[in-house]
Parts: sequence; structure tokens; C-alpha cells
Amino acid sequence: MRYFLRRLLLTVPVLLGVATLVFSLLHLVPGDPAQAMLGEGATPAEVADLRARLGLDQPIYRQYLRFMGGAVRGDLGRSFRTKQPVGEAIVERLPATVELAVSAMVVAVLVAIPLGIVAAVHAGRWVDHTATTSALIGISVPAFWLGPLLAIVFSVSLGWFPVSGRGTLAHLVLPAITLGAPLAAVLTRITRASVLEELGEIYVVAARARGASRMRAIVGHAVRNGLIPIVTVVGLQTGAVLTGAVITETIFAWPGVGRLLVQSIGFRDYPLVQGCILFIAAAYVSMNLLVDMAYGFLDPRIRYE
Amino acid sequence: MLKGGLSIVVLAVLASVVGPWLVDADPSRQQLALRLAPPTWAHPFGLDELGRDILARILSGGRISLAVAVVVVSVSGLVGTTLGALAGYFGGRVDEVVSRVIDVLLAFPGLLLAIALVAVLGPSLVNVLLALTVIGWVGYARLVRGHALRARELEYVQAARAMGATPFRILVRHVVPVALPSVVVQSSLGMAGAVIGEAALSFLGLGVQPPTPSWGSMLSGGRAHILDAPHLTLFPGVAIAVLVLGFNFLGDGLRDWADPKRHA
Repeated sequence: MRYFLRRLLLTVPVLLGVATLVFSLLHLVPGDPAQAMLGEGATPAEVADLRARLGLDQPIYRQYLRFMGGAVRGDLGRSFRTKQPVGEAIVERLPATVELAVSAMVVAVLVAIPLGIVAAVHAGRWVDHTATTSALIGISVPAFWLGPLLAIVFSVSLGWFPVSGRGTLAHLVLPAITLGAPLAAVLTRITRASVLEELGEIYVVAARARGASRMRAIVGHAVRNGLIPIVTVVGLQTGAVLTGAVITETIFAWPGVGRLLVQSIGFRDYPLVQGCILFIAAAYVSMNLLVDMAYGFLDPRIRYE
Repeated sequence: MLKGGLSIVVLAVLASVVGPWLVDADPSRQQLALRLAPPTWAHPFGLDELGRDILARILSGGRISLAVAVVVVSVSGLVGTTLGALAGYFGGRVDEVVSRVIDVLLAFPGLLLAIALVAVLGPSLVNVLLALTVIGWVGYARLVRGHALRARELEYVQAARAMGATPFRILVRHVVPVALPSVVVQSSLGMAGAVIGEAALSFLGLGVQPPTPSWGSMLSGGRAHILDAPHLTLFPGVAIAVLVLGFNFLGDGLRDWADPKRHA
């Protein structure tokens, strides 16, 4: 229990730091942020009005306290362009992003774990070389190329899936593969390494000596233990998936939080930019916390370190 | 793997340094009559939406990618190694501050902070370098800090201290060299990361501004013509993937090569 509480408490300063950094983003805008948002043609009265609405006319410590207080309550201000509360705009887009992220992770796990196991069992043979090489290629191919490439083949040439948008299951296929591919590549490597290590352990040899079949020794013993680090990696890769979602949603016009971020950058809608960044980072920190806790739960040794 | 990676990287460097002189085409010259023309002998990679030679643009964009990678990795490697070594060796308040900053920066997944920084600072090559360095140094710092923590307890380091060596001398002569192999591996992987980072930011319209060619913005330009001219998307993507693969191979190869278990 103390481990979990301590881990939870360690997250608080990190979140404070993240929020402080996000707060300072607005003050990194060269010149006057209000002027930048309104463009060159704005009258001084309009600029002054927006400055007041953003709280930029207040002393900096007031602005900071207001921002932090709002962030704690989930009040991230209003969009400069649509006047919609930032929190509301994010929550509206959230289901699309969660749907995409979860599908990508499912795709990755379904491909990577069997592939990694097969590669480990046949280590050093051609199956292994093929799997590890394709994994390295998978890590190297950027989403903003893989996505359009998949679209060229499966939407344009074959006409199997729509090029963009969200709605049916068919819309989900290409974005999920695009976002899942790098994750699958990482997972394949980890699964292979982890299972390979377990295969050499004495208990696997012992299982074989007791008369367990090769299959049973691999699946029932080596893979079962090898999966613990894999669970962690899946969790820790949430960060990569969230960043990948920004790109993938842009490619496929997927109406999620990532696309909202890119669009609000285009409109210089800084409150919305800050909100999206803060939200994604907070989601990532929480996910890491959950992974750590799950890990402490799965492996009691961690709790006593 | 090491040789494969090294060959790809050397070829890429040669191609982008010497290539623009060998290929007799100006990357910004527009031939509007030939816009979106598919590959021919005269233009092996075809022409883009403004009738510019894609091969020439890829070679010239390669200079940007490699330059970004070299600058980002050098600066973040230097800053990260210095701060990591100081934090790990001295511990105490220095370590406390550096570690908290690392924690906060690592709380932003991947490129997100870089996207945020360039979004507010404004799109430009300098801001791309700045943003990628801000997120880049953390990896080196964490790595070197770990090595420095362990090195502090090593007997020859304690002996050096007992003999009156200055902290600066101990850090430079005894602590940093221990971490160097890992830093070299991390740098190779960091080059891959910087190439992808620059391309991703340019793809989102936050990187190098037109007409300067960048692989990321070329891909972004190709999106509108994915139906009628897929070669706009194909070639810049191949360029990115091959260069990144080269750096990843090199990094993996170096890691295997530096692994003492392998030689045992």
C-alpha cells in the first residue's frame, strides 16, 4: 500500500511541472499573443479586449494561479475561435482518439506477440531474421509515410477502405494499422528478447525434463513469464501512440484530439493548443502511473525496493 | 547490421553532399507545364505539384535532414552528457534539480513538446532545431547520470579523488569515458529520431518553410495528389525510411558491438 501511495505522490510534482510548462507556452509566443491570434489587421481595442479575456493584462503570478486553479478543476479556458470551453472541445473528440488508440494497440498486440514468440523459438533461423528485420523496418517507417502508402494501395488501387473520415469499421482499418505498426515493431522486439531469455531459464528445461511437451514448455512456462515485461511495454508505449495519433489523425482526417491540436495550431488558437497538450501529457502521466502500479501488483519484489 | 547501417548512412551523406552537383536540376525551378509528371529518364523521380524535380528536391532536402540530425544530436548530446554527469557525480541539489526537469520533460510523450514549442515560437528551421534539442538532451542526461552514479563508487575514481584530482578532471577523465559507448549508441538512434522529428514537424507545416525542400513538407504536399500522382508521396517517404533505417541499424549494430557479453 505504501508503494502505491508513494508512487501516486511522486506524480503530483511532475503534473505541476507539466502544467507550469504548458502555462509558459503562451508566454513564449513572440510579441503579443493576443496580437498574434488576431492577426495584423486587428484594432488596438480588439487586442486589448482579447488580452483581458485571456487574462494577459493581469500580473504574471495572477495569471499563473488562475491557470493552475483552472487546470485542477478541469477548466482550461475557452477556445479563442469558437468560444467553446476547451475541456468540452477535448471531451467531444476524445472517443474518436480512444477508439483509434485502442484499435492500434489491439492490432499491434495481435501481430507482435505471436511473431515475437515464433522468432524467439526459432532464434537465429530465417523466420527470426525476417521478423527482426521487419520489426526494424517497422520502427523506421514514419506514420506520415505509411499512412498515405496504405491509402494508395488499399483505397486508391484496391478500393477496399475509405481514404479518410470516421464512421464505419472500414474507416478504422487503415488508421489503426498506421498507428499500430511502429508499436507492433517495438513489441515484436521486446517479446522476442523476453521469451528468448525465459527459454534459457532452468525452469523451462526442468519442465521439459518432467516430460512436458516442447509446445507446453514454451507456451505454458516461457511465454507466461516472458509476458510480464511485455505488459509494461504496451503501457509505456501509450506515449508513442498518443503522439502517433496526432500525425495519424491528420493523415486520415480522423476527428480526434490530435487533429484538434493540429487544427488549433493552424488557427493560433492558443488556449485550445495549451488544453490539448496538457490533456495529452496528463493522460500519458496517468497511464505511466497505472502501468507502474500494475507492475507492482504483478511483481511483488518491486514494492519492497 | 553495423556494416549495413554504416553503408546506408555514408551513401546518404555522399548523396546529399555531392548529389545536388551531379544531378543537373535546380530544386526550386518550376516547370508548370510538366507539373505532376510521372518519372521519366530526364526526371527519374518525376515532378511535383509545381513542376519541380523531385530527385533534386530529395537530395537537397537530405542536406536539411542530415544537418538537423547533426546539430540536434551534437547539442543535445553535449548538454545532456554534461548535465547528466554533473547530476550523477555531485548528487545533492544539482541532481535534484536536473532530475526534476528530466521528469517533467519526459512526461510529454515523444514529439508532443516539440510540436507545442514550434507551434508557439512559429515555424522555422531554427525553432525546429531548438524544439528537438529541448526534447533530445533528456535521454543523454538520464543515461549519463546513471553511469556517473555508478562511476562515483568505482575504486579508481575514489583513488583519483584521494590523490587530489579536481572534480572537473575526474568527470572528464574517468566518469564521462565510462558512459561514452552508451552515448555513441544513443547518438545514432538520436540521429534517426531527429530525422523523423524534423520530417514530422515539416509534415505538420511547422518545419522548414517553402520553397526550401524538406522531406516532410514534400510528403505533406503529396497528400493532395495521392490519387493522381502517388510518386509525390512515394519517393520522399522512401528517402526518410531508408535514412532512418540506416541510423537504426547503425545504432543496433554499435550496441551489439559494444556489448561486453557478446565478446565473452
